[in-house]
Amino acid sequence: MAAFAHDDNSVVVVIGSGAGGGTLANELCQRGVDVVVLEAGGHESIASFVNDEVAAFKQLGWLDHRTSSGSWRIAKDFPNLPAMICKTVGGSTAHWAGVSLRLREHELSARSIYGDIDGANMLDWPLSIGELAAFYDRAEEKMGVTRTHDIPGLPGNNNFKVFYNAAKQVGYRSANTGRMAINSRPRSGRAACQQLGFCMQGCKMGAKWSTLYTEIPAAQATGRLDLRESCHATRIEHDNSGKVTGVIYFDANGEEQRQLARIVCVAGNAIETPRLLLLSESSKYPDGLANSSGEVGQNYQRHTSGSVFATFDEPVHMYRGTSMAGIVTEESGHHPGRGFAGGYQLQSIGFGLALTAGFINPGGWGRSTTRAIDEYANMAGLWIVGEDMPRTSNRVTLNTNEKDQWGIPVANVHYDDHANDIAMRAHGYRQGRAMYEAIGAKNVFEAPPFPSSHNMGTCRMSERPLFGVVNKWGQSHDIANLFISDGSQFTTSGAGNPTLTIVALAIRQAEWIGLEMNRRSI
Amino acid sequence: MATRRDFLRASGTLSGVLWLSSSAISSLAPSRSWALELGVFNDLQSRTLLQLTRHIFPHDTLDDAVYAFVVKDLDTASAGDQAVAKLLSDGVTELHSGGDWLTLSTAQQFASVEKIAGGAFFEKIRSTAVVSLYNNELAFAHFGYEGSSFEKGGYLNRGFNDITWLPDPPPEASPSPELN
Repeated sequence: MAAFAHDDNSVVVVIGSGAGGGTLANELCQRGVDVVVLEAGGHESIASFVNDEVAAFKQLGWLDHRTSSGSWRIAKDFPNLPAMICKTVGGSTAHWAGVSLRLREHELSARSIYGDIDGANMLDWPLSIGELAAFYDRAEEKMGVTRTHDIPGLPGNNNFKVFYNAAKQVGYRSANTGRMAINSRPRSGRAACQQLGFCMQGCKMGAKWSTLYTEIPAAQATGRLDLRESCHATRIEHDNSGKVTGVIYFDANGEEQRQLARIVCVAGNAIETPRLLLLSESSKYPDGLANSSGEVGQNYQRHTSGSVFATFDEPVHMYRGTSMAGIVTEESGHHPGRGFAGGYQLQSIGFGLALTAGFINPGGWGRSTTRAIDEYANMAGLWIVGEDMPRTSNRVTLNTNEKDQWGIPVANVHYDDHANDIAMRAHGYRQGRAMYEAIGAKNVFEAPPFPSSHNMGTCRMSERPLFGVVNKWGQSHDIANLFISDGSQFTTSGAGNPTLTIVALAIRQAEWIGLEMNRRSI
Repeated sequence: MATRRDFLRASGTLSGVLWLSSSAISSLAPSRSWALELGVFNDLQSRTLLQLTRHIFPHDTLDDAVYAFVVKDLDTASAGDQAVAKLLSDGVTELHSGGDWLTLSTAQQFASVEKIAGGAFFEKIRSTAVVSLYNNELAFAHFGYEGSSFEKGGYLNRGFNDITWLPDPPPEASPSPELN
């Protein structure tokens, strides 16, 4: 493993080690680039992961102080936990469930196809399906996505069996166990899935792809990665010309450090990434770095979501096996006749007892809540995940009234549901309920959105600098050697779980950075 | 409910005897009697908080031994934070301001719980209970959740797809497990 000097200004500094940062770091190292990764979290492992929902949340979760506001229910139910993401080496690839979907043509051209929508800040991606296809292909190969590259699908669990039969009863023909970055057979030195049922607590089989035990060790093996864990970036510095020069961070001992850099790539997830740019304001950049458009932190998207849980006369044991085990895609197209733009996916979801109790009716009490839990063993579940609208007012800002453990203003996440989101969620609830009732559900429970695991759009890609923060390579419009390398880049959210796209963009970005470094243009 | 409960009134301890109906839990317990050491709460406080939690998350057949975990965690929180200790102590006192709250009928108790719902005292108990009541081995046994599975080899050979009350999906939707 490499150890570069703090004053070595030839390195690329990557902030974050998740799907974006971890992949980017490895791809750069493979190209012969020296990389320093600053990861705010500590180093867990397959051995240290725990099959306990509460303990794993404390072990892996991003628990630094945050605030939230707006009309979304999260601001009421989980005011200090707007997002459920990770602070650990590997980032939220420790927590993600493995669903690996490509964006599709209508999603990349949302403004052109949906048209302007009141109260939404619609924009087309500056990328086409054709430009992305090869990188999706490489991402799927790297991650071992089932049902691609001749990798067989995963077997469905009981929760999927209920989901499949329910879908079939209402006429959905697409239900299957989906494209998952979970090994259905041993692959790339990693084991096959044993259906543990704790995908979101860190996969103790290592069957689910995570940068923790794929990209990061591969990068270390090149001798070009200096991974610094428990190192929290607080500021990106620049010179008089405006180019970024390095990163200030608190190290594992709480000492402030400065790492010089040729290039800085920010991949801290779509809340911390804009927070860091905003915290880096200076006399030259009074609104924060890369923010001449004013769009840093704006257009925060988290997917329209909600869950439907149903109980039956017979057992389900939804916690057995993969947490997300299947998908229905019929509702994922753009069919405005339904009363909303864009589409959504239906995905089976199973929780253990603690998360079920916590999420089925947050803030609830009394028999209306407990009667659901009483039927836990006979419960099945599905999750709605759909495109939400980019809005100028849905944004991450600095809350200067509240400070984190470093004395730095925390992020506030403001979100108001758009009418489109509300209509889509209502449609999803209706369809989910109809599915389960069609096979004899006793009780159906509509659960509100969980704290966001999909966070997107806060440094979005745009063709023109006026409308976004980065170009189609993730390079900031304002500062040539500053890149955004996570879901913050998303121009619009699409309906699919974002990880595969984040990985594909990171592969693509690494290739481009490597070429531009060779050309000495950055 | 009160007739099924058998509290021993030891100061600094919350204790009881497992209900005869708690068979799922009994199989995990070394004996029928149980006791939790408390550092802060007195007997009245601990019994009041336990009964309050029963109103907030009512599961008629769930043993007091499981609800006692919530009291234990509230006690631990009180020991570590004077503001929490005061919040809970004042809340209990207020509940008893009109006489012994524990002797009221279930309906009368519930009416008073509805009045305090949403307040800081209630929310402290509710937010603690939603984790403490459900994330323990006794609750797992009661509600039919099997907890940690890694050390048992997961569910691949232990029933991940064992339900028979619905037809199996076709292999193109759900392939058979690969043989390792």
